[in-house]
Amino acid sequence: MSLDGSLGVRVNGEHKRFEGGMTIAEMINQLGLDPLRVAVERNLEIVPRSTLGEVCVEDGDDFEIVHFVGGG
Amino acid sequence: MTAQQDIRADTWTVAGRTFTSRLIVGTGKYKSLEDNAAAVEASGAEIVTVAVRRVNISDPNQPRLTDFIDPKTTTYLPNTAGCFTAEDAIRTLRLAREAGGWTLVKIEVLGEAKTLYPNMRETLRATEVLVKDGFEPMVYCVDDPIAAKQLEEAGAVAIMPLGAPIGSGLGIQNRVTIRLIVEGAGVPVLVDAGVGTASDAAQAMELGCDGVLMNTAIAEAKDAVLMARAMKAAVEAGRLAYLAGRMQKRRYADPSSPLAGLI
Repeated sequence: MSLDGSLGVRVNGEHKRFEGGMTIAEMINQLGLDPLRVAVERNLEIVPRSTLGEVCVEDGDDFEIVHFVGGG
Repeated sequence: MTAQQDIRADTWTVAGRTFTSRLIVGTGKYKSLEDNAAAVEASGAEIVTVAVRRVNISDPNQPRLTDFIDPKTTTYLPNTAGCFTAEDAIRTLRLAREAGGWTLVKIEVLGEAKTLYPNMRETLRATEVLVKDGFEPMVYCVDDPIAAKQLEEAGAVAIMPLGAPIGSGLGIQNRVTIRLIVEGAGVPVLVDAGVGTASDAAQAMELGCDGVLMNTAIAEAKDAVLMARAMKAAVEAGRLAYLAGRMQKRRYADPSSPLAGLI
């Protein structure tokens, strides 16, 4: 954690900083995404959608946020 | 079913879900999501395959597939295209289940980029793990009747042998093995991959397949919507021909008009 209390995380391979004490759902909203339309993996473990609003983002977390796209 | 019965009464069932259309279409390679949605509509498909990919966090407002093809009215079949190991496929489908709540999924574990041939060892392993985890996987595989049996024993809810390599449009290369898979299977069999044009789809259905899955044949046609209509008609024609029971082949001619009463 940095001196200003913000958290350094990775989202889909990109470094991002968020305020401390934020839930995963809040982080997703802040990224401009709808938590109901994505699936989230945190440090290689799936975060059930029902708990996105409860689990807090931790410093150093590595997130994968995915959704459905066209494919064969 | 008799010829008098409506084709709509001829349904097929996979993992307890019943469908009327025997055509499953992919949603990749289209010029736009609008084209994609129009082609799905024209194809009459009730199931579409979709991929699971990272959201674009630098541009979160990009158009979304779900805004064009409604997952409430069209069954999304999450696919593991692009996965080369069982672990990748398992991870992808667990995320898919979280993204949409589906347990009906398609497993596709590839062996190499050049041929996109399935890696059957990894495919079988992914099937076993995912079935234990509560999934109902439809499984893309080689056109090998023994491999098909092994997948069914592992809990595959449908067997999906390739007709030819993915995206090749070469048509069904081995009708003998597809036919053997159909005869031996206790679950639906769908030709997946290799269809290039309408006659290929009709041929798959004439061999007794329960359905056909295709993407490139429609998406890369000059007029995708027209080809989607052609594929719908071909799958229905092939199915009807299979149900009707084709005539026996003869080595020589047999006149259609009576010989009696010739002047």
